[in-house]
Amino acid sequence: MKKEFVYKRFERFWHWTQAALILFLALTGFEIHGAISFFGFEQAVTFHRTAAIMFLVLIAFAIFWHFTTDEWKQYLPTRKHLRAQFEYYISGIFRNAPHPTKKTVLSKLNPIQKLVYLALKILVIPVMVASGLLYMFYRYPQKQGIGSLNIDSLEKIAVVHTVGAFFLAAFVIAHIYLITTGRTVTSNLKAMITGFEELETEHTPAEVHHTAGTK
Amino acid sequence: MGLLTILFLTSIVKKSVEPTPLADLKEQFTKKKQPPSVDHTKFSQLKKKFSRPQDVTAACNECHTERHTEVMKSSHWNWEREEYIEGRGIRYVGKKNILNNFCIGISSNEQSCNKCHIGYGWNSPSFDFNNPNNVDCLACHDNSNTYTKQSGGAGMPDPSVNLTYVAQHVGKPTKANCGTCHFFGGGGNNVKHGDLEKTLFDATRDVDVHMASDGVNLECISCHKTEKHQMLGKVYSLSSMNRNRSTCEQCHTETPHKSDVLNEHTLKVACQTCHIPEYAKVNSTKMRWDWSTAGQLKNGEPFEIKDSLGDEVYMSIKGSFVWKRNVQPDYVWFNGTASHYLLGDTITPTAPIQMNTLHGSYADPEAKIIPVKIHRTKQIYDPVYKMIIQPKTFAIKKGEGGFWKDFDWVQASEKGMESVNLPFSGKYTFVETEMYWPINHMVSPKNNSLQCNSCHTRDHSRLANLRDFYMPGRDYNASVEFLGTGAIVLTLLGVIGHASLRIVSKRKNGKG
Repeated sequence: MKKEFVYKRFERFWHWTQAALILFLALTGFEIHGAISFFGFEQAVTFHRTAAIMFLVLIAFAIFWHFTTDEWKQYLPTRKHLRAQFEYYISGIFRNAPHPTKKTVLSKLNPIQKLVYLALKILVIPVMVASGLLYMFYRYPQKQGIGSLNIDSLEKIAVVHTVGAFFLAAFVIAHIYLITTGRTVTSNLKAMITGFEELETEHTPAEVHHTAGTK
Repeated sequence: MGLLTILFLTSIVKKSVEPTPLADLKEQFTKKKQPPSVDHTKFSQLKKKFSRPQDVTAACNECHTERHTEVMKSSHWNWEREEYIEGRGIRYVGKKNILNNFCIGISSNEQSCNKCHIGYGWNSPSFDFNNPNNVDCLACHDNSNTYTKQSGGAGMPDPSVNLTYVAQHVGKPTKANCGTCHFFGGGGNNVKHGDLEKTLFDATRDVDVHMASDGVNLECISCHKTEKHQMLGKVYSLSSMNRNRSTCEQCHTETPHKSDVLNEHTLKVACQTCHIPEYAKVNSTKMRWDWSTAGQLKNGEPFEIKDSLGDEVYMSIKGSFVWKRNVQPDYVWFNGTASHYLLGDTITPTAPIQMNTLHGSYADPEAKIIPVKIHRTKQIYDPVYKMIIQPKTFAIKKGEGGFWKDFDWVQASEKGMESVNLPFSGKYTFVETEMYWPINHMVSPKNNSLQCNSCHTRDHSRLANLRDFYMPGRDYNASVEFLGTGAIVLTLLGVIGHASLRIVSKRKNGKG
């Protein structure tokens, strides 16, 4: 076992800011949706819009970081060990079986994480951003006389945005639970807070393969 | 850093000095009024005893030589306008010939109803609309507050009026002139509109932020701007076309808010919707009128019953009423055009007959949500000819067929329908009708306007009845809601189940 610097400073800043924003957007968003009441509709709208803009700025920085550091390659999906990872979660974990993949600095995501986070990055977040922007600005085009951009009704936009919100809410629940399935219950949480995590030094062939693939 | 501070400070100073459009308006309307440039008491034409009001008009016309021609082109004079009505074509409609669901209509009742006509002596269809001397200048221009018209006098002044005094004290119309008729339509204070009533003669800001005596104290004609005796504004109980409207925007612009989100609302929501949270703020207005109970007599005499607020709940001559105060408006889409039940239209009632219909929908780019008063009535109808009946209600004495004296619906219907050249079968019944009155007055101070969640809420949204569009906070897609909640619940259950199994297996493994 060796203590490794897994999560860089920006990465942790990005992760926790994103987490806070998603929770806050969910709180204010579901209030706008009429499902809960907390701040009051007017405040909820103001806060939701402000948080949304902050989120956009964060996304811009995150994209820049992912490309300049080559970290985006962490999310390249693989089928290798995918089934093994599933089997671990549905049976191995109860038998104290070892994790099917080893976490390293250069390959910190297991195959399911790769798939899910990639889906978040290229599907869910873009859909939420696009529908969110349309939600915010959907009538301004009409105001400026660009008839072709007119949208008859908010309903379609709102439905897409709501579907995404429900998905994200479910994701957050699963995510918060699954971080307890690391080496110890709190090892993943500690790692995302401090950046450092105890990693096994022994390299399996599978891992070597991943390392080669990412760098 | 210093430069930034300076820029910041100057921007603050600039803001506090720059007058807002609202401040401009306040200044404009609180300017001290200039004294008039003529003193009518000094005109020799007016220094005589007038025995007939027509002679006053003739005296007015000696100086204001062509003004009567302007008046005679107005709807105040003609009680009808040329209107294009969707599906009906060009029609000449107005108080002259449109039925309402209050006192129903003027035909055969001119002697009483036409007290509020700006003319002298319109007591039958033969009234001479081309005689300049029949124009009543004083009804609108009396500034002495002593001019009144006689009840049942077909527009003639009350005999007690000192015409010479009134003629010498004329000027621009004030609330007192307009309100005398417009606050008392339908036979009493606030009966018809709900947002126009005698309180506005001397209102507080809470009642009407514009006309308040303790506010900018606007006159009716401040907004209902008038040029050559043609006024802006009309009411859609009588008119049909989207033209000549008096609007909030003419002073406040279409984007008066600081917030873009609120300004965006103005594309679909009329100012009145949020800024008039309730009407009939001081005195009650009639919400329902049931003519079918009219005609009960006590010892052969008509009677009235009043409630604790002094509002009549029953009158032998008119039937039963429901009055309400502090009423939350209903809301409808409105694009500025309306259609009407026109005299002689045949309808088999399956739902309440719409005396007027305000057109519009979410999809209509011209339409906005407006607040309305809906007045519901049970009124007399001919089940054979399928027409709403114009009854003769008013009569000076018994035996003339007026319902208010003889209490005989058959005779009243015969006389009334005869006056509009329509048949009457001899049979009558009472049908439900509805009439829509846009609410435009009694604008509240801005801190009393509606809040977001007055509409954007799932329960008790003010717009609960307007279902042709998606509104955040009110609407949701039931299947998305079901599947989404289901996904969250299943995830939670999965997590709990998985965690429990882990705990159990850990114990087992630990023990093992």
